[in-house]
Amino acid sequence: MKYNFKVFRGDKDSGGLVDYNVDVDEGMVVLDVIHRIQAHQANDLAVRWNCKAGKCGSCSCEINGKPRLSCMTRMNEFSPDKPVTVTPVKTFPVIKDLVTDVSWNYEQNKRIKPFKPDPKKKDAKGYVMFQEDVDRVQEFRKCIECYLCQDVCHVLRDHDRKDKFVGPRFMIRLASLEMHPLDTEDRIPAVRDEYGSGFCNITRCCTDVCPEKIQITDNGIIPLKERVVDRYYDPIARIFGGGKKKQK
Amino acid sequence: MAGISVDIRKKGFAFTLRTDQWWVEPALVMFGFTAFVVYSTWAAFQAQFYWYSNGAEGFGGYLSPMYSPLVFINETAKGAAPVHHAWFGTFPSWWPSFLPASPAFLIVAFPLLFRFTCYYYRKAYYRAFAGSPPACAVGAVSQKPYKGETGLLIFQNLHRYALYFAVIFIFILSYDGVMAFFRDGKFGVGVGSMVLLINPILLGSYTFGCHSFRHLVGGQMDCMSCNKFRYGTWKKVTFLNERHQLFAWMSLIWVGFTDVYVRMVSMGVWTDFSTWGN
Amino acid sequence: MLNPKEIQTIEHDVVVVGAGGAGLRAAIECSKLGLNTGIVCKSLLGKAHTVMAEGGMAAALGNVDARDHWKIHFRDTMRGGKFLNQWRMAELHAKEAPDRVRELEEWGAVFDRTKDGYISQRNFGGHRYPRLAHVGDRTGLEMIRSLQDYGIHQGISVHMECTALDIIKDGEKVSGLVAYWRETGRFIVFKCKAIILATGGAGKAWKITSNSWEYTGDGYALAYEAGAELMDMEFTQFHPTGMVWPLSVKGILVTEGVRGDGGILLNNKGERFMFKYIPEKFAAETADTEEEANRWLKGDKNARRPPELLTRDVVARSINNEVKEGRGSPHGGAFLDIASRVPAEAIKRKLPSMYHQFKELAEVDITKEPMEVGPTLHYFMGGIRVDHDTQMSRVPGLFAAGEAAAGLHGANRLGGNSLSDLLVFGRLAGVGAADYIRKNTGTINLDEEQVKISVRRATDILNRESGTNPYLVHEDLQQVMQDNVGIIRVEHELKKAIDELQRLKKDTEKVKAPGSSQYNPGWHEAISLRCMMITAEAVTLAALERKESRGAQTRLDFFGEDKEWQKYNIVLRKGKDGNMEVEKVLRTSTSPELERIANSTIEALDAEVAAEKENLKIS
Repeated sequence: MKYNFKVFRGDKDSGGLVDYNVDVDEGMVVLDVIHRIQAHQANDLAVRWNCKAGKCGSCSCEINGKPRLSCMTRMNEFSPDKPVTVTPVKTFPVIKDLVTDVSWNYEQNKRIKPFKPDPKKKDAKGYVMFQEDVDRVQEFRKCIECYLCQDVCHVLRDHDRKDKFVGPRFMIRLASLEMHPLDTEDRIPAVRDEYGSGFCNITRCCTDVCPEKIQITDNGIIPLKERVVDRYYDPIARIFGGGKKKQK
Repeated sequence: MAGISVDIRKKGFAFTLRTDQWWVEPALVMFGFTAFVVYSTWAAFQAQFYWYSNGAEGFGGYLSPMYSPLVFINETAKGAAPVHHAWFGTFPSWWPSFLPASPAFLIVAFPLLFRFTCYYYRKAYYRAFAGSPPACAVGAVSQKPYKGETGLLIFQNLHRYALYFAVIFIFILSYDGVMAFFRDGKFGVGVGSMVLLINPILLGSYTFGCHSFRHLVGGQMDCMSCNKFRYGTWKKVTFLNERHQLFAWMSLIWVGFTDVYVRMVSMGVWTDFSTWGN
Repeated sequence: MLNPKEIQTIEHDVVVVGAGGAGLRAAIECSKLGLNTGIVCKSLLGKAHTVMAEGGMAAALGNVDARDHWKIHFRDTMRGGKFLNQWRMAELHAKEAPDRVRELEEWGAVFDRTKDGYISQRNFGGHRYPRLAHVGDRTGLEMIRSLQDYGIHQGISVHMECTALDIIKDGEKVSGLVAYWRETGRFIVFKCKAIILATGGAGKAWKITSNSWEYTGDGYALAYEAGAELMDMEFTQFHPTGMVWPLSVKGILVTEGVRGDGGILLNNKGERFMFKYIPEKFAAETADTEEEANRWLKGDKNARRPPELLTRDVVARSINNEVKEGRGSPHGGAFLDIASRVPAEAIKRKLPSMYHQFKELAEVDITKEPMEVGPTLHYFMGGIRVDHDTQMSRVPGLFAAGEAAAGLHGANRLGGNSLSDLLVFGRLAGVGAADYIRKNTGTINLDEEQVKISVRRATDILNRESGTNPYLVHEDLQQVMQDNVGIIRVEHELKKAIDELQRLKKDTEKVKAPGSSQYNPGWHEAISLRCMMITAEAVTLAALERKESRGAQTRLDFFGEDKEWQKYNIVLRKGKDGNMEVEKVLRTSTSPELERIANSTIEALDAEVAAEKENLKIS
């Protein structure tokens, strides 16, 4: 079946959508089509990819305007009558074609205080914690760092508040540390003041686009916001001794 | 590079390369909320036909949830509850004349505050009314500078206080639900009893699925195995929380419908089928 | 011509090439030991192929079955590797793996738990006891993220999207690395005293593979060109269960965890065919009736393991045979059924990414229907020949770890031994490099002439007026290797492959990438062709040389294992004439104690270990 693809070609200064007509076979995904274009029509079409099975989060792009993994977007959801538009993620600067500069994310990760386990919870066989203690954290650790949540987050995408907000990916990274049963570090003041939890207005697009189906908003960001409330905005809880720095 | 020149970096309200009907959901939300607000405001100020007990004066009857609890009662209004049901009797003399003699508009403030600061509703109205953003990967209304919930909206952090009041209302409305199974002290079942019973169930499912509640009962712990009771409660609240949006809408619609139902039977437009006979 | 003096130069004590599990672990160790450490990786940090590892990492922690012990892990590894493993490496691996797993937990990894709160372990092919520490079916992701998040706070410089081209030597010793930035196409020279290659394998030289584009044998080629030796290259592991449909995902891995958790293999007649293929060597430890296999799954410690959990080479060959004899599934594989064996909820909990992978890529619901699977090229047991304790190749200052190095796995790797390999030998390579640098304090010189040659070879591809299309040369190579150096090998096909490779080498020399040097995938592809060619040639020559069937090498013309061949490893190196030399190298004898452990019966070893543990308790 023939499809018409409109793929962004260009760099950070200029560019446009270029038409490619491609034969599509049964079972193909968008990334396969991009590769076919690359092999036969445009050898230098730049695209990032690795595992091709939705596990590494390299091939993030926007397909018909929606942030998606191109390796997990099957062609049979599109009709051959309409063109398929593939553009790079909008929130980060284009390097070339579908490849963007995501280095900002790596800088954010470095700002987060690392894991600090409590040595008292260890015996000769290792640390002791139970499955129910780690269930929540394991959900967040499914993250493949595709940065689609960073792309779709309007705080970063439309308002460009990269100066104030680390974005959903790092909010769940923070949640995975804060809820870790062994961790002894206190990051709640930084969650509010440095990482910008208040900038999230929980409009949930991050959760909507997450290919790992992590409940970023409900299980990650909102619980962090509630922990900030415990610490800063709940006078009654403070009277009863709540909202203190965690003690383990 | 040849091709259609397009500024894929372009910003601006509603700009998007999406080709689907992304505006349908915010439009429906906008319509739904507006309809409810308009109706409930009218109903709250209307101050009539909020009670039905087929004239019986004793214990029991149908009470519109918008008028519960009965703080003061203006007995002369049509479709009003008997005055001895009121906590404080008739409206006091100091009641300002420019306000309607309705208990409802005092009451609506609390659940309204709860819903206004609710983590689900915030998403819904930020998207539908504030365009912040209108839908995913669709241009947001420009704000310079964007402050999110760190500026004026910082009061959203008080959601848990609104929750405490909302929980009180669940008890009051459950009492009303029980009251709907009695007329003049006599047990029975009517269509209205069922309507008034379902109401607190849906409201409870919404209220006890609250994100703040989920945090307070157990979410704030890091070690779940350290307190089995709180962990168990947290799991149940989590079940409701995962359906928070569903119950938010169902309970909203049902509250409105319950008021409509009581109003209609009180006005005599609808007939309430029951074991008491009309 | 570019003046080498104008090329960006960065100085490190040690440069680690590759940022998968082995590379990151090596870099962390180097940094801990006070070295100025740089990582060079082709992709973004955290995207390396390690994320694809699913099942778990093998370590004799004994958390699930207390009878486990490093000796039993060692014995399993040797038997799985058909006794071609380097004894000392298998010993180090079995002994140190538990500490590496616990250390990973210390750094933030969150493994699944046992009921009493310790790291849980699952069953896997070839492992006597439940041994694989895991996180659902995404253990590799957990590992790489833990190392990444820990590593970024250790003062390591990470050079992302940077491809290594050549190793520069000062006399015999390593003195630097030429590389280029994928983003800009600009060249860079790293001046360093040691290099650790952690570049993984070269599956991309085959058509059906579970490997990503990065797996082009860069480390093998760089080491080979620098004068190091490659060993055991004939042993390319075909994972028995890759997806076979749809075509575009053919080869993508289906974790062995499916079988570990109860999945069974069926042919189109509905027969559970693995019972027919139990090798004599494993007969005593493998169930011979469905009834016994089912008891084992339910946790009966006296029952023997189901035949689906035989080593990967056996299972891959069996599926291959079923298909060849006309009993395959519609798309040319076997059926892997877990739907009828395990409740839907448990499948979703234990194998969530498999569930999604099939649901989204093949529209198959694995909780309701069987999967279709077939062999896919997965792993290189062979690689750079290194010293067993220091991980240094015969080139001073050049180290290797992980899949890039040879030795631990012998003729066949057990599932789960790869992740523990990365950590154990990644760390040892770091220690080795630090030792080497401490002992070699003299100054080193970067030879500009070598840099020039390397840069020119890369730029020629862009500057040529016209030439062959790199993508088509690559497709051609994949077809040649798939057809002639596949799961079943025979002399005339291997010889044909050698001829074809000579032709492809010429095509590679003429390859032309259109466009500029800025993020140009055509150019990247063209550059990697050289590495794949060297690897393909090494595999083919080694496969031709080894005249027996052992582990992952199956020769149609030499049936079965040959005792004589057990004495040799095959080593390849660049000869003085520039051609590849092949040599049979007599395996060095080792401690009789290790041989005794590997050759003892499982009952005797179990008893020995139990007695040892009893003594420990008393004292």
